Order: sequence, then structure tokens, then C-alpha cells
Amino acid sequence: FSSAMSASFYTKPANNGNAGVAMETSWDSNPGRQRTLQPITTGASVLAIKYNAGVIMVADTLGSYGSLAKFRSIPRVLRVNDATVAAASGDLADMQFLNTVVENHAIDEEIHEHGIAYSPASLHSWLTRVMYNRRSRINPLWNTYIVAGTEAGQPFLGYVNMLGVAFKEDCLATGFGSHLCLGLLREALDAAGGYAGLTEETATSALEACLRVLYYRDCRAYNQYQLANVPVAKPAQVSGPHFLQSDWSVAKLVKHYTE
Amino acid sequence: MAMLEEPSCPGFVFDNVLRNQHLLAKCGGGSQADAAASSTSALPRAKKTGTTIVGCVFNGGVVLGADTRATEGNIVADKDCSKIHYISDRIYCCGAGTAADTEMVTRQISAQICLHRLSTGRLPRVITAKQLLKDYLFRYQGYIGAALVIGGVDYQGPHLYSVAPHGSVDCAPYITMGSGSLAAMAVFESRFKPDLDQGQAVQLVRDAILAGIFNDLGSGSNVDVCIIRQDGVEYLRPYLRANEKGQRAAVYRGGKPAVLRTDRRPVLADIISTRIIRDSGAAQAAGETPMET
Repeated sequence: FSSAMSASFYTKPANNGNAGVAMETSWDSNPGRQRTLQPITTGASVLAIKYNAGVIMVADTLGSYGSLAKFRSIPRVLRVNDATVAAASGDLADMQFLNTVVENHAIDEEIHEHGIAYSPASLHSWLTRVMYNRRSRINPLWNTYIVAGTEAGQPFLGYVNMLGVAFKEDCLATGFGSHLCLGLLREALDAAGGYAGLTEETATSALEACLRVLYYRDCRAYNQYQLANVPVAKPAQVSGPHFLQSDWSVAKLVKHYTE
Repeated sequence: MAMLEEPSCPGFVFDNVLRNQHLLAKCGGGSQADAAASSTSALPRAKKTGTTIVGCVFNGGVVLGADTRATEGNIVADKDCSKIHYISDRIYCCGAGTAADTEMVTRQISAQICLHRLSTGRLPRVITAKQLLKDYLFRYQGYIGAALVIGGVDYQGPHLYSVAPHGSVDCAPYITMGSGSLAAMAVFESRFKPDLDQGQAVQLVRDAILAGIFNDLGSGSNVDVCIIRQDGVEYLRPYLRANEKGQRAAVYRGGKPAVLRTDRRPVLADIISTRIIRDSGAAQAAGETPMET
């Protein structure tokens, strides 16, 4: 970690300056401090796929409060630097806390002006250690992160969840997306013979089709989303919010429901 | 004339639930762990079908599809079980959930439909089969673990319904059930259009079942398909053998690894000589000769 002193100069509002370290005081000195038992305000699935010249990641902009669609415009995609983006599902408070820490680290690195920046693999590795460490203290950050970007001239895509389980793959999905959409993404990759055969347009349309399936079949999904594209040769771009078109004409064919 | 079975007393009958509880208490007793450890005291694990089952309506009838894996916990109990059951000549039913329950309940309703057909002199309707199944399952409040996809063609045209274990029904032009239902439903939601022809519907059903087979651990092996039209039924089992045993999945580069560097070091060791001497009195009395190494 960078020194806590330098981190305190540019912490975000409503942050008490402990951005550099995940501080937890002991039970004795601070009896009000609790452990995370359940996520409160949550984000739904994050989907990502590699293509021949980079990686694309999508996440909708809904913050659910249980079954209430409370915050309809929450950005869940974080642009860390030109070569790295990350998005999280799960508890949004934990996501915003970790994102602040990551952003402050990125600012640290710019200030040092040594030309070394977070790479997606280093961010993925750091996130894995933080998540596993919190899990081992039975006080997890209730998130599943997907890290995407360009690592050594190649597309990078990594997954870390609240247990510290981490792996890299050509297509990833969190939450409900892993049940509904991973099959579709794997099929798209197989049809193209691997990510090297997948164009940007095909990858984007595959992800959009998956978001549509999620909007139809996941109760906590939403039809407004952000899209992050990290081409290998160009800087990362986070665009949004985009609006998802959905087709409900099948409802006419649902007949004899209550006989 | 009472063609359909009637319960002996009004309301719900929970005798078997009480029986199960009594059995568990009598044989098991103690903790769950004790019960699991002793093979006689724990209730046997039901063979479940895991499963991906789907149905799809097209412009000439209905296509039903199913995988062929039956699981018992984490073990594959049957690699090629048949999940598309016959109800009547133009009505078939896919079953997910507890294998015995799906088999028995479809067989029972098939018999009732046959008797009903003989009694009324009319071709059976899909909605009748659905009604019988759902009334029966609701009466057992979900204890009969059968999740069914009923499809068929009758005088009104093609019909497709799903019946859940608690007795709820759903009607839609495409339906999926089982542990692989999410993977299969994703395929339908992205590619279904109204007014498909038979070839397109079969392709969609095949892709949906394959999505379940390859992305769900409870489903696997082959794809079975059943195409039901007004003029006939094609029961294609297997439609596709997706997991042939012994087929080479990848080729691993053979050959010896390259030697980058050789480093020879002598290993210094002490040679110890051992000599076993037995007690000559006892050994000679037993007839053994002393051993030496």
C-alpha cells in the first residue's frame, strides 16, 4: 500500500481519511463496529467478453434495495486508467468504498510520475488479496468484481468474488448472469473459434442480447446500462447510460393461463 | 361414474409425511450426522433428474426436448435416461425433479387419460392432462417433486404448459424446467420468434438443451427430441449424442521437455549393513533358520 499520509490529501467527500487501508477496530475498543452479514443496496450482474482487439464489459445502472428498484442511475463501472476498468456486483456501499481506495491508489501513481500504472493483472491480484483477507476475518466486502483491460498487449479479463475466489477467462458473468448468460457468451466464443475470431460488433451485440435476457428473466435487472470498451491499442472508454430495447410481443401468445 | 380417483377423506391427506417423520425418529434419532453415518437410519437419497427440459410451439405443432442425465446427489445415476413420457398418442410430457415421481405421475395420468378417452369417445385434450396433473400435485402440496412440461396437439391446435411441483401452471409458447432451465431459457429469450417452422423449432430446442447440457452440472449426455404434429409424432431418442465417450477433446503436445541445463552432483550416503540375529532357541524350535542381510 502507499503511505496513509499521502492518501489523505485527496480522499472523496464523506471519507474519514482511511482510504488507504481497510481499517477495522477491535470489538473491545469500538463495540458499535459490526461485520457484514448481508448486502443491503445491491447491484445486479456484470458481463464481460474478450474480442480480437480488446475487452468489453457491461453493467446495468440499478441499485436495488431488496426488491425495491431504488437507485436507477448508479454507475458500477470504474475506469481505473487507460488500460484498466473494473465493475462490481453485490453490495454497493462496499463497492464504492473499494472503488475510492482504488482511485486514490491510481492518483498516487500519477503523482509519483514514475510511468508505472495499475495494470489489470496487478489490480486483479491486489483485489484478490484484499477480498480474501476480508473473508478470512469473517467481515467480507460483499462484492464480485470483474477486472478488464490490456495486459502486456493482450486482452485481460479476471474475476474476484467475496470469498477471494479468483480466475481469468475469455468470458465472465456475475450473479444471475452466470446462470442465464454464460451459456450464450460461451456459445458466441465457440462460434467464432475463440476470442481472436470475435469482432467488436459481434461481441457488443452478444453482450446486449445477454442484457436483454437478463432484463426479461432477472427480477433485479434493469434496461439502462453502462458499457466499457478497452481496446488493446487505444485508451479505455466508458460510455453510457445506454437504453435497452425490449420486445414483449410474446405476451399475445400467452393464452389459457387460468383454466 | 367416478373415472378419476377421489381421496378417501375431504381435504389434504398427509399420512405419508407423518409416516416419514416417525421412521426418521425411530431409526435415526440423534443428530443429522448420526443419521447420515448409519446407512439404515437416513432416508435414501431420491434419484433426481437434475435436468434440462424444454418445449416450443411452432406453426404445425409442438417440439419437446430433454437431456438424458439422472443424478443421485453428485453422482450420475443414469447416463441415458428417458425424460419424455407418453401421455397419449398426441400428448407427451417431459419431467424434471424426483425421477420416481415424474415417472409415476405421468404414467398415472396417462392411464386416466386413456380411460377418459374411452369413456367420452373423443381425442384427449392437452388441457385435460394439464388439469389432472396440477390437481393431483396441488393435493400433495409439493411433496411429489415433479416439474413437468406438457405439450401436445388436439382438436384446438398445439398447446404447451408447465406444471410446477406445488401445482401451479404456466402457459407460454416456449417453456423450460429443471436445473438447466436458466441456460435453456436464455437461448429461447434471445432467439424465439412467433410462427417458427418445424426445422427452426427443432434447432432452437436442440440449442436450448445443449446450453443446459454444457453449462449446468445437473444436465448432461444426449439430447432427446419429440416432435408432435396433428398427423403424427416423431420420437427421436437420441436426437443428438453430444457427449460420446472416448472422443479426444484435445491433443497435448508430446515429446520430451527440452533440457536447459545439467548439473551433476554426487550424493554422499552412509552405507549401513544390517544383520538380523534371531533367538536361536526359539527359532530352531520352530524350525526357522536365522536370517542375515
